[in-house]
Amino acid sequence: MSEAIRIETPLTQDKVKGLKAGDNVLISGVIYTGRDAAHKKMVEALEQGADLPFAMKDQIIYFVGPTPAKEGQVIGSAGPTTSGRMDVYSPKLIAEGLTGMIGKGLRSTEVIEAMKKHGAVYFGAIGGAGALIAKRIVSAEVIAYPELGPEAVRRLVVKDFPIIVIIDHEGNNLYDLGKEQYNSPKNCIK
Amino acid sequence: MKELFVEEIISEVEKLCIEANYDLGSDIMTGFHQALKVERSPLGVEVLERLIENAEIAHQERVPMCQDTGMAVFFVEIGQDLHVVGGSLTEAINEGVRRGYDKGYLRKSVVKDPFERVNTGDNTPAVIHYDIVPGDSLHLVVAPKGFGSENMGGLKLCKPSEGLEGAMQFVVDTVERAGGNPCPPIIVGVGVGGTMEKATFLAKKSLLREVGNHNPDGRLAKIEEELLDRVNRLGIGPQGFGGITTALAVNLEVYPTHIAGMPVAVNIGCHATRHKEITLQGRGIK
Repeated sequence: MSEAIRIETPLTQDKVKGLKAGDNVLISGVIYTGRDAAHKKMVEALEQGADLPFAMKDQIIYFVGPTPAKEGQVIGSAGPTTSGRMDVYSPKLIAEGLTGMIGKGLRSTEVIEAMKKHGAVYFGAIGGAGALIAKRIVSAEVIAYPELGPEAVRRLVVKDFPIIVIIDHEGNNLYDLGKEQYNSPKNCIK
Repeated sequence: MKELFVEEIISEVEKLCIEANYDLGSDIMTGFHQALKVERSPLGVEVLERLIENAEIAHQERVPMCQDTGMAVFFVEIGQDLHVVGGSLTEAINEGVRRGYDKGYLRKSVVKDPFERVNTGDNTPAVIHYDIVPGDSLHLVVAPKGFGSENMGGLKLCKPSEGLEGAMQFVVDTVERAGGNPCPPIIVGVGVGGTMEKATFLAKKSLLREVGNHNPDGRLAKIEEELLDRVNRLGIGPQGFGGITTALAVNLEVYPTHIAGMPVAVNIGCHATRHKEITLQGRGIK
């Protein structure tokens, strides 16, 4: 496991260019949450020329719908959801200046092409590690679409939030690189 | 004939929903530790270590291990000599889900209509599979199912000529297509035979089997071993970051089928494949 790279948000282009697929990153600062329903609303807002809940430029969206917070908790369990469901929306937000996405799982060619064209990074958080990840979230506040409940857009402040670069701005993809490295016949589990 | 009051069912369902989401099964925890001994990918090792830590935090701090606390799936065996008193059994199970998801701070992830998509607000209705069995007790299993993994399953209505190899290849292809989406290391549930819906039911039900336990039929157990080997050679690894631990188990269940067909269903469970169960004894009628 390589030494973690510490990054502060906003995720500006110079920081985007310095990240490679497979890099271990600890991110700190403000990030925003959004899932399918919020993405649909944001893209509709864009098409109608209405305001977005936050300016996309140099920002990161975390694909998450947390559990309700218990008393004394900042947020409930908060691991990533499957990113592929955001594939139809992400290119439009990347074109608006979004530079980072955090989720889990495969992305479409259209998303990867938009990332290469505009300069953006796709990070993976550990799916199913919701209780652990929640400990790195310092504050959480709903800023848009409260009617969506767990799918509302939240502004999170995170500290040393652990993520891995899955797809970098050149389109290098850890899912392909990792698989190639371990799918040879000699890697039989027995 | 014995009887069981719905209030008891409601309160047990409430507890089961919460425990299933807070307490990872010891079989999966053992699976993580065994995988750590063989995994060669440094990122894979890191992921496995964090999953163990996550499960420990969830257990100790009484919080859900994953934010997708699932759609509540039930397998219910009701004794034919048991009488449920005080209301409907289905409504009792749903009321237990309603209370458990509220009191346990679990996420409400169910929408009322698949097209309109408005959240029901209480995670009901549950998906309930009933079976009527001899006896006078009620056996309840709750298996909250997250949809990161549920979405990656598949069904193929194979021709008999495709044979065992065709069925096995479909299982391996389904896991390969899923990649990192279903949160590997996964449990692969496979149902073969019956009709279309019987195969998918068997695939889901096989996910209830403890990791490390094979099908009692030695011939089927060998197929499970070969499938696990082939799936783990795909290289997907923990979280899809590369590695040799893509699945902790492949569980196969079969059923007699028609001369013209061979349905093959694959239902994928994530590393947080959750299930808790209880048997409630009926009381004698006074």
